[in-house]
Amino acid sequence: MEKYLYIALFAPLVSSLFGALFTATPKKQFVGIIASLLIFLAFLSSTVLLVHILNGGEVVHVEMMTWMATGDLYIPFGFVVDQVSVTMMMVVTLVSTVVHIYSIGYMDHDAGFNRFFSWLSAFVFSMMVLVMSDNFAGLFIGWEGVGLCSWGLIGFWFHKEVATWAANEAFIMNRIADLGMLIGIFLVYWNTGTLQYDGAFAAMPSLDTATLTWIGIFLFIGAMGKSAQFPLHTWLADAMEGPTPVSALIHAATMVTAGVYLVVRSNELYDLIPNVGLFIASLGAFVAMFAASMALVNRDMKRIIAYSTLSQLGYMFVAAGLGAYWVALFHLMAHAFFKALLFLGAGNVMHAMHDELDPFKMGGLKKPMKWTFIMMTLASVALAGIYPFAGFFSKDLILEVAFVENHYIIYTVLLLTAGLTAFYSFRLIALIFHGEERYKLFGIDPHEAYKFMLVGMSPLLLLAIIAGSFKLSYFEMVTNVLPELEYHIHHPVIFWTITIGTQLFVIAAIIFAYKKYANANIKVPDGTSAMENSIAYKVLKNQYYIPYAYEEYIVKPYRELSTVFWQHVDLKIVDATVDGIANIVYSTGEKTRDMQSGNLSTMLRWMVAGTVGLLSLAVVFGLAVRHSDEIVTILSGLGV
Amino acid sequence: MFEAIAFYLFAFLTIAMFYITVTTSQALYALTALAAGMIFISAFFFILGADFLGAVQIIVYTGAVMAIYAFGMMFFDTTRDVKEKQGNKFIIVGLSTFAAILVVLIFAVPMISTNMTAFYPVVEAAGNTQNVGMVLFTKYLIPFEVAAVMLLVAMVAGIVLAGKKMDLSLTLMSGDEVEEMKKNQDKRIIS
Amino acid sequence: MEIGLNHYLVLSTILFTIGLVGVMRRKNLLLLFFATEILLNSVNIAFAAISHYYGDLTGQMFAFFVIAIAASEVAVGLGLLIVWFKRHGNINLDTMSSMRG
Repeated sequence: MEKYLYIALFAPLVSSLFGALFTATPKKQFVGIIASLLIFLAFLSSTVLLVHILNGGEVVHVEMMTWMATGDLYIPFGFVVDQVSVTMMMVVTLVSTVVHIYSIGYMDHDAGFNRFFSWLSAFVFSMMVLVMSDNFAGLFIGWEGVGLCSWGLIGFWFHKEVATWAANEAFIMNRIADLGMLIGIFLVYWNTGTLQYDGAFAAMPSLDTATLTWIGIFLFIGAMGKSAQFPLHTWLADAMEGPTPVSALIHAATMVTAGVYLVVRSNELYDLIPNVGLFIASLGAFVAMFAASMALVNRDMKRIIAYSTLSQLGYMFVAAGLGAYWVALFHLMAHAFFKALLFLGAGNVMHAMHDELDPFKMGGLKKPMKWTFIMMTLASVALAGIYPFAGFFSKDLILEVAFVENHYIIYTVLLLTAGLTAFYSFRLIALIFHGEERYKLFGIDPHEAYKFMLVGMSPLLLLAIIAGSFKLSYFEMVTNVLPELEYHIHHPVIFWTITIGTQLFVIAAIIFAYKKYANANIKVPDGTSAMENSIAYKVLKNQYYIPYAYEEYIVKPYRELSTVFWQHVDLKIVDATVDGIANIVYSTGEKTRDMQSGNLSTMLRWMVAGTVGLLSLAVVFGLAVRHSDEIVTILSGLGV
Repeated sequence: MFEAIAFYLFAFLTIAMFYITVTTSQALYALTALAAGMIFISAFFFILGADFLGAVQIIVYTGAVMAIYAFGMMFFDTTRDVKEKQGNKFIIVGLSTFAAILVVLIFAVPMISTNMTAFYPVVEAAGNTQNVGMVLFTKYLIPFEVAAVMLLVAMVAGIVLAGKKMDLSLTLMSGDEVEEMKKNQDKRIIS
Repeated sequence: MEIGLNHYLVLSTILFTIGLVGVMRRKNLLLLFFATEILLNSVNIAFAAISHYYGDLTGQMFAFFVIAIAASEVAVGLGLLIVWFKRHGNINLDTMSSMRG
């Protein structure tokens, strides 16, 4: 079984290194094919491991080699495949394979084709390290690795300044959060003496609550950065500057879920500090509503889907915060499938519309792009949570959890958000695919994507539809590691009222969206309508002016401070000191050069001066020798 | 008492002569003053009972060395006054004064130990010359011989540097070659 | 008054200083040689005086050898000076600076 672990772990690395050989050469088709094959190999290994774990097999735990063994600190490169990590592995490798195959077609005309696959596979490798590691240090390595690859992929088209800016923003925000995570890891080591999961979690019940609270808070700060919770959320929307496969892989299915994975993995810790868990859940609910509100009025297709991701991440954190870790993980899995599908479908639309992102400029695309229409609609249905698609089983479960735990505020917020989610998802679908064909005004002639790309997307479609049926076997498997909490509303009347009520509410939202946006009277808004000039619209359009506030009150003062430090401290003090030292050496040489004038008179004078100097020394030393006793007395009096 | 008078007299004279040597602008005056100074220094040697040394000083220094200098001066154009671009006077005088003070300090302050024993003590019965001879030819024999070789080398060097037509050696040529050389010389003079 | 060793040493110092002044001041190489002679003579006086006051003949031996060496030094020095004069036409120190650093 170990060899499957190593194959799953290192096949993406091999793919990345292979692609790296060709980064300077023009596009080579086989790079994409070989990369996809290697990722598919990783997927197969993960499947084997999944089957092994499902059948009650033993958890596979290997220690590849020792990384640090100094004093009391022992950190190995160790990997574990238990029920939680095998779930994550499955999700990651499956979505990665689909995205790789899709990218062969999407990046068809791009000059950086080879470089793209190298970065993409490197990302998959880092993510695998993250989810398979058995200690916090390995987790952190993977954490940083996905941050780096995300930077490289968001800023893939590096000649566009917007893209590089967005990449830097993502990386820096992640780094800020990583500081918190590092402090959390340090606290774990300091208090428990080990960074291995089993050792650390075993020692935690004996620690006092204050320490545990701090550890929990700091680790969650790291999760906040990676999973884009408020206030470190602005990078996710801006990250849409990268190519669409990147958004599908990283910002829907894998990297942003790393934060959720961290909380799920540390469930033993968070069970001990329920207050922090409540805070996490509240923040998650807030983010869910917050993101959904911003998606209501947005006119950028990918940003709408990004806000949708943000919103669903909020859902996952609600589940994790309330102690229902297996529910969070299940929603993570289901969400990965339909969100990735949505993004890839959006990629098709973008490609057909020559990179146009405004849905108001599209319309009636269901005729030329039939298959994309079907896929995106079904993905949106799954996202909205309609029975029997995957979203119903995961989202409704979270709502039940909130209700059963008597957190009615959270429940109400999540319910409203579910309605908003359905509304904006179908607003998008209606604007793109239904109604009049507004794209003709702009002279665009859309065509469907390549056949093999559609075929590649189909596994995701299938899973988006049927993933709900896995719930029971999944539950049995994963509760070997995660706390087994069954959320059952005992009164059947309440249960059915809630379930059916939610469904009706969601369907009503969908119909409302259709009526508003699928008719033939939609015009491209040009800024003059009454709704556009209302305050609510403006606030939501500008993302509550938060990016503006960050720019004004954090970035600009920091830049001023940096300039001051550069010009006044670095240049005038540090550089001046170093230059001054060099100058002293140089000028000393310049001045003593006159001693070698070649003029005998001058040299003779120097000779006499030297003689005088030596004579003075002789006098001083002679006197010192003569009066050495008195000198010793004086010096000892001074305390030397 | 006579010793004191002699000492001060000769001291004054010596200092005056040497002062003229270093400050005058005419080379001939400098040479003359130096020669005079040498004589007065030999007087000191006689006062101190170093008769042999005094005699050697007069013969060698005043006689030979000064003669060499005189001959040397004939080569150089000494009718002109020596124009000297004065360097910084303060440096010169200052350094010298400071050096003088230091040396006096070293000598005057009793830093020298007081129980020194003589390596080669004076034998009271013999005169100074005999004493010098006794020490020079027994204890200082090797430096004496080496000094002799050094003087030989210096002499050869002086001849080589200052002489003309050093590539020819009359003693090593045969008689015929000498005759030919003379004829060639005459020929050149005529033509 | 009694003339002691210190008198002779002070005299020697004064003469040495005069010699130093000459060495530093003179620009004509021949006159520089004269100043060097003064230096050597002052040292000879010191040697002889010490030899007399300590009853040791070592001082006189040293003075003797100093005289010998001074003589040979003059011979060689003047020879070189003549060669230089034939080549350059003057013996001014300020023109002899081809060995500058």
